[in-house]
Amino acid sequence: MSYLQDLIAFFEDSGIADSIRENDILFPTIESVHVIAICLVIGSILVLDLRLLGFASTNRPVGRLSRAVLPVTWGAFAIAVSSGFLLFISNATKYLANGYFDAKLVLICAAGLNMIVFHAISAKDLPQWEKQKSPPLRARIAGALSILLWIAVVACGRWIGFTMQVL
Amino acid sequence: MLTLTGFSKWLAATSLSHTIQTVTWIIPTIQTIHILCVAIVFSSAVLVDLRIFRVFERDEPLREVARRFLPPIWPVLLVLLVTGSLLIIGEPRRSLVNTTFYLKMALLLVAIVLTATLQRMALASPGVFEDRSRQMAGRALATLSILVWCGILFAGRWIAYTQAG
Repeated sequence: MSYLQDLIAFFEDSGIADSIRENDILFPTIESVHVIAICLVIGSILVLDLRLLGFASTNRPVGRLSRAVLPVTWGAFAIAVSSGFLLFISNATKYLANGYFDAKLVLICAAGLNMIVFHAISAKDLPQWEKQKSPPLRARIAGALSILLWIAVVACGRWIGFTMQVL
Repeated sequence: MLTLTGFSKWLAATSLSHTIQTVTWIIPTIQTIHILCVAIVFSSAVLVDLRIFRVFERDEPLREVARRFLPPIWPVLLVLLVTGSLLIIGEPRRSLVNTTFYLKMALLLVAIVLTATLQRMALASPGVFEDRSRQMAGRALATLSILVWCGILFAGRWIAYTQAG
């Protein structure tokens, strides 16, 4: 635990963190990039979630659609995590003490876990049903869960802004 | 004389504005809905732009991709109009006397015209940007679309940092 605290302190005391804290333009700029990336993560994953629910893109096989959508999602996710990390280190201690921030991290992990479980277990027989208009219940549950988790992620993100003063 | 500052003051004194200001969960909730809708509109437009660049769903004709992604933008924009209006009513001075807000609205106007044009062209003929002569035009429009939508999101976040004291 103390090792983790040292690591966080190392980042928080770094020159980059200091610049983001002190510079008037840097924080909002990184934040804007963060919002753009999150929007693309959520919008693109929603395409897949709605397909799993049988609500949209029903003429597209699930496997093909996910191969088209997920590279966009992962690319945007990488940008969201990098920009989020920079925002985090600018005030790491305060962020960690904020319940909504911690909840947001847990919810993102839950969304990832939902995806892993779906791909590793629920989608094993994907070729058998990927062309069906309405996929089996376990796929629909994964889609619904993903939508709910990402909505909660955005809500937490917004509540962070109202429950801590960074600047 | 009716000025924007005067109008903002009047708006802030209405009972609806008072409710939005004083009930603490209302603004973050509306903002959450607003961002989720922005995510839908932004991603829909960008995915079609990526299809024009042939990096997304190449195996589907542009017309089919555009038919799936562009029409849903319009009803979601209406939701954004409602949530955006409520946010303005709650904190009129934050946006109505803020240049960044008007920049966002100007960019939104460009994005609407651009997206409507793309939708009309893509739905009218199946391979509209596929032949070499039109390919450059398609890519120029797609690039402009990505830049303008990113500009809208940028300006949206900056409204919070440029509001008058």
